[in-house]
Amino acid sequence: MKLHQIKHAYGKQVTISHLSFDLKKGEIGCLLGPSGCGKTTVLRCIAGFEPLTAGEISLNGVVVSCASFSLPPEQRRVGMVFQDYALFPHLTAAENVSFGLHRSSAIERMQRVTDMLQIVGLAEVANKYPHELSGGQQQRVALARALAPHPDLLLLDEPFSNLDITLRERLSLEIRDILKNQHITAILVTHDQDEAFSVADVIGVMHQGEIMQWDAAYNLYHRPANRFVANFIGQGVFLPGRMLSAGKIEMELGILTEDIYHPCELDNEICHTGCEVDVLIRPDDIVYNNESTSTLQAMVIHKAFRGAEILYTLRLSSGRTVLSLISSHHNHAIGEKIGIKLEADHVVVFRREKYTDIQE
Amino acid sequence: MHVNNEKYSTVEEKNSDISRPFFLLKHNASIWRLIPFLVAALVFAPVVVVFSSFFMPADEVWQHLVETTLPSLLINTFWLSFGVIAGTSLLGVSLAWFTAVYEFPGSRFFSWALLLPLAIPAYVTAFVVLGLFDYTGPVQTSLRSWLGSELTWFPDLYGRGGVIIVMTLAFYPYVYLMARNAFLTQGKRLLEAAQSLGLSRQQGFFKVALPMARPWIVGGIMLTLMETLADFGTVAIFNYDTFTTAIYKAWFGMFSLPAASQLASLLIVIVFVLIIIEQQFRLRMRFAEMKRSSRASGILLSGWKAKAISCFAASVLFFAFVLPIIQLGIWAANSLLQSFDQRYLEFLLHSVLLSAMATVITCFIAILLVYAVRLYSDFFTLIAVRIATIGYALPGAVLAVGIFIPLAWLDNQLSEWLSMLFQIETGLLIQGTLGVMLIAYMTRFLAVGHYPIDSAMQRITRNIDEAAMGFGLSGWAVLRSIHLPMLKTGIFTAATLVFVDVMKEMPITLMTRPFGWDTLAVRIFALTSEGEWEQAALPSVTLVLAGLVPIILLMRQTDK
Repeated sequence: MKLHQIKHAYGKQVTISHLSFDLKKGEIGCLLGPSGCGKTTVLRCIAGFEPLTAGEISLNGVVVSCASFSLPPEQRRVGMVFQDYALFPHLTAAENVSFGLHRSSAIERMQRVTDMLQIVGLAEVANKYPHELSGGQQQRVALARALAPHPDLLLLDEPFSNLDITLRERLSLEIRDILKNQHITAILVTHDQDEAFSVADVIGVMHQGEIMQWDAAYNLYHRPANRFVANFIGQGVFLPGRMLSAGKIEMELGILTEDIYHPCELDNEICHTGCEVDVLIRPDDIVYNNESTSTLQAMVIHKAFRGAEILYTLRLSSGRTVLSLISSHHNHAIGEKIGIKLEADHVVVFRREKYTDIQE
Repeated sequence: MHVNNEKYSTVEEKNSDISRPFFLLKHNASIWRLIPFLVAALVFAPVVVVFSSFFMPADEVWQHLVETTLPSLLINTFWLSFGVIAGTSLLGVSLAWFTAVYEFPGSRFFSWALLLPLAIPAYVTAFVVLGLFDYTGPVQTSLRSWLGSELTWFPDLYGRGGVIIVMTLAFYPYVYLMARNAFLTQGKRLLEAAQSLGLSRQQGFFKVALPMARPWIVGGIMLTLMETLADFGTVAIFNYDTFTTAIYKAWFGMFSLPAASQLASLLIVIVFVLIIIEQQFRLRMRFAEMKRSSRASGILLSGWKAKAISCFAASVLFFAFVLPIIQLGIWAANSLLQSFDQRYLEFLLHSVLLSAMATVITCFIAILLVYAVRLYSDFFTLIAVRIATIGYALPGAVLAVGIFIPLAWLDNQLSEWLSMLFQIETGLLIQGTLGVMLIAYMTRFLAVGHYPIDSAMQRITRNIDEAAMGFGLSGWAVLRSIHLPMLKTGIFTAATLVFVDVMKEMPITLMTRPFGWDTLAVRIFALTSEGEWEQAALPSVTLVLAGLVPIILLMRQTDK
């Protein structure tokens, strides 16, 4: 499965441009991005519901979509799980699942339907109609229906967005197991990073019709390719800093030396001594320091209890705010001053852009 | 027409210890408890009267009818129903599918314009088509002079085919409206799901869209069928005898009210079978109901397919609306000096007066019903409301007979009693008054008035009342500042629909009007029965203009 430089537009409004990625067989990819970034459109292009204006999409080495040609959706062997599930309300769960098996014999069909309902754990409700099923059950019927005809590729469009949070977490893990057991190549579209992290092998962060970074979850968090990804993935705050020398940055919280930051969008040619930079500080980079000798003091201006930890919003003496995840043994009141220290294994640094003042 | 029971039962509440005005009150309101049952009894009485004659001994006229005309009546009714069902479902479903799913040249325009034929009463379309295409009409005349020979091949419109074509053109919007609504609520998503499962779009239509829309389509067909069975004007113009014309002839031609009533009872049996079928499908509709998906743009068509669909939609619209309107316009212009006189104004005045009176009565009773249900939403009350709004299914000819018989009996009893007691000859007191006609109108059109008001009322939940009273508003203030504004649109819609329906109504008016109360519809009947097409144009144009108002309302509603 491969997308090469695809472009799509509704009239004059360009929705996707220069978008490329590829997936190996059995891999689960994910398009992650805020609503309106074009991620669902990409999915619809792959499924064949939307034509391309440039580029090409190929499945198993065969071009299925390009600017001049589009294989009809029904001939692509691409399964799809829709956001609203799109179950056929006039058919039972079993009939829904068998719907795509219209080319098989009756016996094969029955066997496959039984198997699929078994796999998604819905054998008991086979003869119920969609409106008699719960949201989670409908979701699994939709998955079984899409998987039944052995598609080469499965597309999932925000499959968990209509479910409540606890169900969402459980189902996303369940679905990953099913997909992995069946060796299904799949693409998931979501705006929820937790969902993306728990299901996908590789994630593309999308913004305004383009993929900002196509990478594993670890790298998106720790090695973001640009400011958008850095902001979008996880929590964090940019603090200003200044290059002292190559690989040494001075900032309010102390001096960072080379071995603890990962340069990004920066190389020594552009960035030299005295250059203004922004340093991405994650909540776990700042730790509590109860030594009385602590020179760094910050005031608690907001706190969110998270069980084991508390996420503090702290105001530094300069007036800038940072986030800090501190063990909930240290329970401080709002307005209290506490000692902190920077303890970062690696931080991400961007060159300061004059017009941006990024504050989360 | 759709009474949604669940909504009432969910808002039922138990504690009512706060002192409340009449419309929120449960105790001390026995009259409200009775209202639905009284109205139901009033509406159902004609049905019982007509139906009881089913078991009555037959008179000579009935014997005669059974031997001579009854078999042909049944055959005529069967073929007419069959033909109109086939025609309206073909036109209605295909047009609904094209406008709901595809984009083709003019698709936006056609999606609402295809409803326009509803504005023309079927009997008007009927005489326009006859006037255009019969032997002396412009089409055949010009064809003859052009070809220079007799048109032996030209189909005879005075037959089964002609009636079926006219009724199909007049009634297809019912099926179109319902089917289109179904296709729109399905959304494109389900068709895409079918495609992603390996079905082509055509297969998707037959395996997904059509089965899912079936309850709505059947609903539309049932409406069409009820209109077909109730129709009097069209079949009268075509001289195609069905039950309604036979009832009229038995009553006013052979002067046998019992025979008319027995014919009516047969028709009622057929109608009740239809009502039962319709109720079954309405239940299924509820299960298949889905959220209306956001209006996605349709599938863009181009090339010959798009052109063919455009042509198809345009020709239906042309024959069902544009052509009749043009012809009516020409005739009306030609006959304006002749037709537009004192008598025309009199007919118009009668039509407007009757419609206005019937509208006030019908809406008043509909409001009473709606509030009564708000107070008592138990099973029996809901059944009573269901019966009270059954009139839309009862053909006007049947109602006329069913209301006339008991009132005539009452009248005779009354005058006998009076002359016996006071030695005065009062003559007939009730017959020949407007009251008979107004009761008949109310019975027939109560459902039309009830539905919009009822849906408006359902938006005023009990919580809204309580929230308002929580702010210290008195009961009357709640009524004035909350209920009235929220019901206003519903009442307005109801009034418009009833007004126009009464104006177009033909058989009830014809059979129960007091002497001298001829309306536009009666005038059209009189003129067309003598073949005076041109003279009938001006009153028809008036009715069409009035008929456009509710259609525009409907379009605005469906466009939202």
